[in-house]
Amino acid sequence: MTSKLSLTGLRIGSPQSMGAVRLVPILRDDPPGDLRIGLRSYGESLGIVGVDTRPLERGTHYVSYVPHAFVVSYTDGETSAALGTRLGDEERGGKSFIRLHHRMVKSELADDDGPRRFRLLPLHLAMEGFLALHFRGPDVLWSEYSEHAHRFGLSPRMERSVRGTWIRGLEQAVATFEIHPRQVGVLCFVAETLASAFVVSHPDDYRKLHTSLLEDFYGHLLYQYALFHPELPRAESRVDVDVVATLADLEREVERVRGDWVSYVSLMASGLFDRPITVERVRTSGPFVLERFLPSFDLDEECHIGERIVRKDGTLEYLKTFRLSQAQIRRAYLLELIAKADWNLDTVCERLASSKEEFLKRLVNAGFEYLLKPHIVRGLSR
Amino acid sequence: MFVNACFACTGQREFYSDGTGQAVSIGFLHQYVLGNYRRLYARVLACGVNHFNQGLIVTNLLASGRDVRPEDRAEENALVTRALASLPANRAMRVLLELRRRRVSNRRTRAIVRKYLMDAPPEVRDFRAVKYRRAFRAAAIHAHVPFEGELAGLFLRGFCERKFSTPLFEAFRRAHYAESAIYELPYSIAEGLAAKHGVRREVFLERIAPRLTRNERLRLQDASLEALGESFDVDWERLPPTRLASYVLSRPLDERRRRADELRDALDRAVARSVRRTGVRFGRVACVLDRSFSSAGSREKRNRPLAVALAVSRWMRAAAAEYTAFWTEPVDDEILVTPYGATNLVRPIIDALRTEPELLVVVSDGYDNDPPTVAGQALELAPRLCPGCFVLHVNPVYDADGFAPRSLSPDVPTLGIRDGEDIATLVAFARFARGAASLAELEAHLDARVRAFLGGPAGPEEPAPAKTADVGEAR
Repeated sequence: MTSKLSLTGLRIGSPQSMGAVRLVPILRDDPPGDLRIGLRSYGESLGIVGVDTRPLERGTHYVSYVPHAFVVSYTDGETSAALGTRLGDEERGGKSFIRLHHRMVKSELADDDGPRRFRLLPLHLAMEGFLALHFRGPDVLWSEYSEHAHRFGLSPRMERSVRGTWIRGLEQAVATFEIHPRQVGVLCFVAETLASAFVVSHPDDYRKLHTSLLEDFYGHLLYQYALFHPELPRAESRVDVDVVATLADLEREVERVRGDWVSYVSLMASGLFDRPITVERVRTSGPFVLERFLPSFDLDEECHIGERIVRKDGTLEYLKTFRLSQAQIRRAYLLELIAKADWNLDTVCERLASSKEEFLKRLVNAGFEYLLKPHIVRGLSR
Repeated sequence: MFVNACFACTGQREFYSDGTGQAVSIGFLHQYVLGNYRRLYARVLACGVNHFNQGLIVTNLLASGRDVRPEDRAEENALVTRALASLPANRAMRVLLELRRRRVSNRRTRAIVRKYLMDAPPEVRDFRAVKYRRAFRAAAIHAHVPFEGELAGLFLRGFCERKFSTPLFEAFRRAHYAESAIYELPYSIAEGLAAKHGVRREVFLERIAPRLTRNERLRLQDASLEALGESFDVDWERLPPTRLASYVLSRPLDERRRRADELRDALDRAVARSVRRTGVRFGRVACVLDRSFSSAGSREKRNRPLAVALAVSRWMRAAAAEYTAFWTEPVDDEILVTPYGATNLVRPIIDALRTEPELLVVVSDGYDNDPPTVAGQALELAPRLCPGCFVLHVNPVYDADGFAPRSLSPDVPTLGIRDGEDIATLVAFARFARGAASLAELEAHLDARVRAFLGGPAGPEEPAPAKTADVGEAR
């Protein structure tokens, strides 16, 4: 299912910048409060997630550093609002180095009359969707593919990302950011490129989750951008001094400046909001739908993967995105190409009008060497 | 600019920058001014800059005595001696230790240290000798000051001395053996000895109560409430308003709500006293006060910017004929104010200009972000939109990168502020700075300040009984 992302029911506030980072608050004027998101901290442990089975049983597993999970509580009725998120079983205690999780999204037992809730591993849900793209590998025994590819598909498929704390300047920007009273989310720009978007349903939840921005993972690209551009280029909108004669004029001018900022930010974020996305439904809970989405992989455009919760009427209640780096986009693009041609490399080469050797080289350079037979890889001139 | 920096900076961590950066930045600024404008540098001591910077200036001047011009020497000596005497004892001791650390031991320094340590009235000297034993001894030995009378026994012979005739020294000696003697000592010394004797906390607090200084009383409110079931009486009226505002902001919101009337009353009485002392009155005043999240300060200066804003607000309320306060997020009761939200300075500035004030004071750390950089422009436009209104931006935070408190706009006077009650001085200073910019007049103004500083009564500004003389800045 394709659609477009939009900030339905939300508006953009005035940005605050510090070093290479510009944080733009996203505001919600009347939070209904029937969907609340809380944080469950896992500490410094490695997580192994059984994607469709119990962990460590036979089946696909997702292995990553998982610092925290979100607990989403919701109520069906329109009247009863959840009174904050209750995190009954705060898991703390001894040091564990590996933590086992059962599935990315999992319902949790709730009290009889309390709000119902489920646990979700933020961003890992989206990342897993990205990694699972054409994960099964070739269906037909084409001669170029290695035995490993035929038997195990793309496994092990891996991507790299960096922690928020590694991005230079992000820590200070997050610490000194002044949270707006009605703020429910943030657009995070590093060196004027959109690094991630994060939206929750209720301002109180955002206040608690604000620092989780640092524990999230970001594209490797942004790590480099932050190193190369420690200061933001100058961007400002000023009051036009000549037209101001009265206080009312000044007020109007200030509103205009505010508008300028909103349009500037919308322009900078157009890579996320103006492009078609492919949506996959993960879970339906009452009036809320949890989905994850992938963009169309275009080598010349920004690509963001992510997950969201949307209310039946289209209001965005939760959003978290991840900016793919160029190498990641290339890998996904190549996989799409091959999969579209039923894994037949000759068809792909025909469509691209390139020689087979050329295309095989591209595959190897993108990191898919392990899918091809060793003698073919060896035969390619470097 | 330098004076300005000296009003605000304390070398501590701030919301937007760390302590090291602050210390390096202000240290450089001091060295620069010292090297190029030595006379002015010394005279800044008379301008009422904060204690941290006074201490730094004294240290730097003494460390570079060779460079002073012969015709300025007498004035500089007088300024340094006077400044050292007017500093709270803990600050002055820190200056002496810093001199030792930097191995400054020229003849002038030794003479000034000797004068400070030994020429104080005997009871003050003995009190300092006991309360700041280690610093006192180290500074005296470093400056080759001979120990007079029983000081020699205290510092050189230790407990080999069998008996002192000075009551305080004798109490200090006996307190090592007898519990009853500890209650004659200053609180900070007695506390350690009480632990040695295993005195129960409630007994100790009850019996030491008469010896507590004002700040210690304020600090021990919670301890006494827990141990004795009632708080110590604090002489609210005599506390500096900003200090009291800091105390108010340190209380949990529940307690503030419960004691709102009491706290407001205490704050207003302190402010009223401070206003009476300056004798300044204003006409129609509006204040724009920043309560954004950055006014939470840092771990070292918790809520300091907000406390300054609160103190300025109460101060102006008492001193102005007509007063309106505009917080960045409206607040019902100022006593309950908390650091909250983004910095939207423009809206309150517009609202404030609507009241057509004669004086508009903006208290903010100079970071305005909702929307960015517009507040400065609004202030620039203020003279056109509201003729006859004097606009002043005071900033409680020193910006390490800019070597000055951060300003909202280059055209609006920005002054550093340490305590809310200094606002009257700053308004006068800003009016002066804007009206007469010539160097000669600045010199004349400084001359007057220096004369007043040197001619005033000796000792700390508020002479207190000798036993509680050290009204220290909280560290």
